[in-house]
Amino acid sequence: MASHAHAHQPIGGRLLTLPFLVCSVLVVIAAFILAQRYGHGLGAVTNLSDGYPWGIWVAIDVVIGSAFGCAGYVMAMLCYILNKGEYHPMVRPAVMASLFGYGLAGAAVLIDLGRYWHFYHLMLPWYAQPNSVMLEVGLCVATYTLVLVVEFAPAFLERFGIEGLRRKLNKVLWVFIALGVLLPTMHQSSLGTMMVIVGHKLSPLWQTQLLPVFFLLTAVLMGFAIVVWESVMASLNFRRPMETPVLKKLAGLMLVVASVFVALRVVDLLVRGQFGQMFGGPQAGWFWVESVLMVGGLALLIPKANRGRSRALFLSSSMLLTAGILYRLNVYLIGFTPAVGPWHYFPSVKEIMVTVGVFALEIALYLVFVKKLPVLHAIEDHSANSGAPTSNAVQAKHG
Amino acid sequence: MSEKKTSERKTSVSRRGFLRNAVKGTAAATAAACTTVVAAPPEANALQRPPKPLPPEAVGLLYDSTLCIGCKACVTACKDVNHMPPEVGPEQQAWNGAPGNPTWDTPVELSAKTLNVIKAYVHGTGATKDAAENGFAFIKRQCLHCADPSCVSVCPVSAMTKDPQSGIVSHNPDACIGCRYCVLSCPFGVPKYDYNDAFGEIKKCQLCKQRLAQNELPGCADVCPTGATLFGRSDELLKEAKRRTALKPGEYTHFPRGDIAGKVGGARSGHEKLVEAAYQTHIYGEKELGGTQCLAVSAVPFDKLNLPTKVPETGYPTLSEGIQHTLYAGMIGPAVVFGGLAYLAHRNTKDHTEE
Repeated sequence: MASHAHAHQPIGGRLLTLPFLVCSVLVVIAAFILAQRYGHGLGAVTNLSDGYPWGIWVAIDVVIGSAFGCAGYVMAMLCYILNKGEYHPMVRPAVMASLFGYGLAGAAVLIDLGRYWHFYHLMLPWYAQPNSVMLEVGLCVATYTLVLVVEFAPAFLERFGIEGLRRKLNKVLWVFIALGVLLPTMHQSSLGTMMVIVGHKLSPLWQTQLLPVFFLLTAVLMGFAIVVWESVMASLNFRRPMETPVLKKLAGLMLVVASVFVALRVVDLLVRGQFGQMFGGPQAGWFWVESVLMVGGLALLIPKANRGRSRALFLSSSMLLTAGILYRLNVYLIGFTPAVGPWHYFPSVKEIMVTVGVFALEIALYLVFVKKLPVLHAIEDHSANSGAPTSNAVQAKHG
Repeated sequence: MSEKKTSERKTSVSRRGFLRNAVKGTAAATAAACTTVVAAPPEANALQRPPKPLPPEAVGLLYDSTLCIGCKACVTACKDVNHMPPEVGPEQQAWNGAPGNPTWDTPVELSAKTLNVIKAYVHGTGATKDAAENGFAFIKRQCLHCADPSCVSVCPVSAMTKDPQSGIVSHNPDACIGCRYCVLSCPFGVPKYDYNDAFGEIKKCQLCKQRLAQNELPGCADVCPTGATLFGRSDELLKEAKRRTALKPGEYTHFPRGDIAGKVGGARSGHEKLVEAAYQTHIYGEKELGGTQCLAVSAVPFDKLNLPTKVPETGYPTLSEGIQHTLYAGMIGPAVVFGGLAYLAHRNTKDHTEE
């Protein structure tokens, strides 16, 4: 127990670094634009229209942002459900990334809602409309954000030495861990089901009743990819050793998930008789960009040696992450053609700056949290246990 | 599933065994998913819930493009009776009008200010009415009041509802959260949101239900001089639509005005008229997406009139709700999964935290 309490440490260091300041400026710009949005309506700052009622604030901030937040989901699943203790050191940073991803996706919803002052109707049973896929997504995401707060609470409690509460929380944490795996499985798949109802308006390259399966697969894939990506980035930027053995295994898992995704995609297109759409169908070009990134990213991981190389891992996780982003963007925006047109949509500069601000806030918070709270796995510990920097990760489970 | 079982049996599984199981598990999942797709041909989809029938007292409009003269009296009447603001394009300002005080209403498309609009189709010389080649034709756009409406299916807070008797689809702004999922999902592009208002609302045709309650006709059907827009029970309107599409050019026939049954808004005289253009056999709204309460007939094919024609004969909610209600039937699936996860999490966190 005691060894666990100290297994994570704040990395310390100055808060006011250049990246933090740049992010802060971007957040302030977004705040000014949002003042305009709330004062004069969505039309004042966005290029939204009745043809494209959902723009990048939904497609990127919510649908893609929440997939970024799937790190906590996949790591908790590996560590606590499949009992792979070696992933333990990566759970807490992953849960924190998820907390930001989901928290900000929730905030983005409030930015985008046209009648945001009624948002609480989502939670009132007498307004509930059980056929609505969005109701399920909304309730599930809101609950999951609370679950993430509880899952992350030990970091706060450790930092401020509230030992009694931490111990009590630890006793019931399994309930929240179980919820933390169940809820994303539900709402990440439902994010796909949400677009089933647009029917013919979504290009046949993407419109399928397997949308929930593909969205769940991209959620898991992007969860793994973001963990690997962040891990490589953190080891470069904070000069920490790479957690190579664990990353190797994660790379193997990414390979499996990405391969299943690609295989299912081909089967689905063949079965629906839409295989030919990839040659000259609507938005076929974007299908190819998405698929080439996906196949390229997974191909890099086929040679086992590559799974331990930081450059290969970085490149591959970046490609798979981008492929996942593009898949979701294709389903929600690029592959979508409004019913009675013609309509056009390209996000306005102000719209883009708000999205940039949301992600800048996420990065700024990440920097503050890892420096001030015990989030990242302590490096000093291992030298005491053994020479290998990650061996303590393996021991975390048993000892 | 196989992964869970393995980890239950022994706490430490070799990396290889784990990966092997992961591969097996995903392969099994893939196979299962594939069989679902293969076993479900698009026409008889196992996941689809049954389509919804029209409500018993379904009412609607029949629009006859061959009778429409494009006078747009219906557009003006709609604005009047629903208290909708005028819509003025940048090129349609009065030459001496004070800015912001327009007198000229010139809507070109449905919007948060316009619930009903007449649009024109023109081809080539535009000489002949109701001809697809070198001709022109009109089409009326307003809510079709679907039998199985997507907008009602998607609304998370019951702001969009379909009346169980009349089948009229209406919207309650006091419940609405402004997510615009109805705007996104409508296969006909009907519900609209006001993006230029900080407190914008969703707007759509509600078949003048406030007037129907007082035995008055919907504004558009009330003022239509030729009976191109006819109000009535949907079953009677469909019968009338079938009668018209069977007419041959050169026949002389009767066209009613107002309410086809002559009850709502009082009895009105119809008119006799020569059928000049050949009707398309296609009755728009009879089968589209499970059928709609408002129908249209025309001499020009409906795809030329910019209406979606390549659509299935069952509403999209049959599939999306089918998927959702299969996965979440009685919340049994999620409850079972939660039980399994909770058991594993409980056992495994013990391993992690208590020594």
